Amino acid sequence: MKKNVFALVSSVAVLGAALAGCAGGQQATTDPKPAEGTTGQQPAAPAEKKPQVLKLNLHSEPPTADPGISEDTTSAAIIRATFDGLTRVDASQQPVMSVAESYELSEDMLTYTFKLKDTKWANGEPVTAHDFEYAWKRALDPNTASNYAYQLYYVKNGEAFNKGTASRDDVGVKALDDKTLEVKLENPTPFFLELTAFPTYFPVNKKLVESNPKWAAEASTHMGNGPFKMETWEHKSKLVLVKNENYWDKDTVKLDRIEFAMVEDENTELSMFENGEIDWAGSPTSSLPTDAIPALKEQKKITTQAIAGTYWYKFNTEKPPFNNVKIRKAFAYSIDRQSLIDNILQTGQLPAMGAVPPSMALKPDGFFKDNDVETAKKLLDEGMKELGITKLPPITLSYNTSEAHQKIAAAIQDQWKKNLGVEVKLENKEWKVYLEDMHQGNYQIGRLGWLGDFNDPINFLEMYKDKDGGNNDTRWEHPKFKELLNQSATEPDPAKRKQILLEAETILMDEMPVAPIYFYTNSWVQKENVKGVVIGGLGDVDWKWASVE
Amino acid sequence: MIRYLGKRIIFMILSLFLIVTATFFIMKAVPGGPFTSEKNVPDEIRAALEAKYKLNLPLHEQYLDYLIGVIKWDLGPSFAEKSSTVNDMINRGFPVSAHLGLQALLLAVFGGIILGVIAALRHNKWQDYLAMLIAVLGLSVPGFILASFYQYFFAIKWGLFPIAKWEGFEYTVLPSLALAAMPIAFIARLTRSNMLEVMGQDYIKTAKAKGLNTFTITVKHAIRNALLPVITYLGPLLANILTGAFVIERIFGIPGLGREFVISITNRDYTVIMGTTVFYSIILVVSVLLVDIAYTLVDPRIKLSDTGKE
Repeated sequence: MKKNVFALVSSVAVLGAALAGCAGGQQATTDPKPAEGTTGQQPAAPAEKKPQVLKLNLHSEPPTADPGISEDTTSAAIIRATFDGLTRVDASQQPVMSVAESYELSEDMLTYTFKLKDTKWANGEPVTAHDFEYAWKRALDPNTASNYAYQLYYVKNGEAFNKGTASRDDVGVKALDDKTLEVKLENPTPFFLELTAFPTYFPVNKKLVESNPKWAAEASTHMGNGPFKMETWEHKSKLVLVKNENYWDKDTVKLDRIEFAMVEDENTELSMFENGEIDWAGSPTSSLPTDAIPALKEQKKITTQAIAGTYWYKFNTEKPPFNNVKIRKAFAYSIDRQSLIDNILQTGQLPAMGAVPPSMALKPDGFFKDNDVETAKKLLDEGMKELGITKLPPITLSYNTSEAHQKIAAAIQDQWKKNLGVEVKLENKEWKVYLEDMHQGNYQIGRLGWLGDFNDPINFLEMYKDKDGGNNDTRWEHPKFKELLNQSATEPDPAKRKQILLEAETILMDEMPVAPIYFYTNSWVQKENVKGVVIGGLGDVDWKWASVE
Repeated sequence: MIRYLGKRIIFMILSLFLIVTATFFIMKAVPGGPFTSEKNVPDEIRAALEAKYKLNLPLHEQYLDYLIGVIKWDLGPSFAEKSSTVNDMINRGFPVSAHLGLQALLLAVFGGIILGVIAALRHNKWQDYLAMLIAVLGLSVPGFILASFYQYFFAIKWGLFPIAKWEGFEYTVLPSLALAAMPIAFIARLTRSNMLEVMGQDYIKTAKAKGLNTFTITVKHAIRNALLPVITYLGPLLANILTGAFVIERIFGIPGLGREFVISITNRDYTVIMGTTVFYSIILVVSVLLVDIAYTLVDPRIKLSDTGKE
């Protein structure tokens, strides 16, 4: 009996040893871990010049690497690294000429004529004005079904072509010759140069795209004209970019490689960072786990930067009691934004006292006071009198299922109870169900956020122009507000235009169909030797100028 | 046997058809669609998108198209991941999930049986208590906690294994262990109690009386009979380990299919929801069939036939 038990036990031991053996062997292979060392296997590379490798995490697979159909930040990050537009937004947040050498703007501000540099695609073919013309018309073509086609609506007949009421040839973009691109606009658009740095405006290689509709899905067929080119794309697992030797400004590009992992779990990502496996964790391609933020802040490891985004509560202005402007204001004024930021959000967000974020603010000091309980109480009383009620109907605050939204809602519920004496019920819904309800006006108060697509206040005002505009949700409409926005579209003088937009925002804040809560920030941790990563005011990232020292 | 199998296969196809149909209509009934987003797109763009993905067709046509697609095994493009089709996603993700799952399954089966047999043979001795302690821990500590625990000790503290990603054998060890923890525990307990029961039976006593040694008795007579319930558990376990690895895959950054299964629903990525559901349903029904066949191999008393039932 004893012997046989011994046999069993020893077989277990063998199994254990086998496992331990793998462990031992593995240790030997991963031991030379000093991050950069692993890629040092280039044959006969001079020992002094170590390749510069940046290791990052993408959080998830980029849904596409095709500039014409991209719509999300992950895709945009990869596209910005592998493509180059007429302009590029640099560290000072200004668009600088990139593929374009210079431009001329007509007197009426409606026609841009771009002169292009001698630049090349990653395979060495020249980038021509025809590539731009093709790319823009392709994105506008309804058959392409590009989500972001509306980014090109500033181009003459862009919208009409997308809607099918104008032909492809009517679109106001034309290659006069290989090096000259003429763009006609619908209206004077002061932020147009900045738009040309946006992925939808990037060129695509006509020959490639027409010959292979799946060109953007694999590294082997993907081709851009940007500072980097794609070397490997193991879907959901790994993406490697290497320096593009055919890039016109290759001397500026310091990095030889960027290696992306695609780990979705934020805690794992942070562990990888702390273990030295990646050089950066958190925004803009991912986010930090909320629970780890206080500790990281205490160790002063975290960097935060404001981005052009507003988190707000929307009121359904068609349903009582929020059909009354004073009651809407009372609810908005009695929120203590600073305490929410200090106690719940904890990553240096800015309290929002207006709709337009600080980077493009029309009135930087805001339109009202944070936590103005006195005024709020008065307004609530007056509002109730106007409605002829002595007691508010039951009020429900909705949000989509998420820990952060839940905490914010609970805190605001508490503030409303304390400051105004009103009982508010909380209700959470699954994301898409929630959006559907918001868009259909099936709510009383609900949260949403808005991130700017380009650096102009119109981004944050336009959605409230029409009652049934796709993103309004509040069912609020104001003739004067509408008129001002229309006026701003045709105003060629930037100073006057700004004045008009300020007037519009003032009306919006006077009427308060939305209660702004805070302006978003990006927060991340990075290794100190990583320099020159440009994080734009819109939360976009560009590695063109990055280096690892 | 052949007749029985034929009948089983027809039933399998029928149940797959019902699953496909039910999933399709439930999915369509859920509010929100693939293009519902925080930034609503203008109507004409939405219309273009719907036309591209044929969502503008009447429901019954979409349903028919889908059924034809399933029969041809062409599951359509993904809405969320524009560069991939559902077939691409399954072809890429499933081998990874299967690799991880089978490794975990082997670990669970061999580890669990060995622990269970030891516990039974050393009933009420320290070996038994130790094995059962491991089993209780495996059953009561959720996989994602174990996973973070492994990451902390094995990867960060001792540097034995990588924290995450999927690039070689060493990357599979921690996730397999995390995934196997619960089935190891379950199989160990199952084996132990069955072994105890079997060891008390007359034929074992007979064998002992004949003077056979314990090893022969255990391996030839006892384990074989004690394993029947374990085999019953293997079918659902196989399906479970292949589909249920979502959390583990997420924590270890593994590019498997489990994640699509879950994320496609929040994205309302219709084609992926359908594709993964059909695919996993096939795995489930096939693994149940395999288990039934395995019965006959282990226990000759069981015959697979629909005639001559007692």
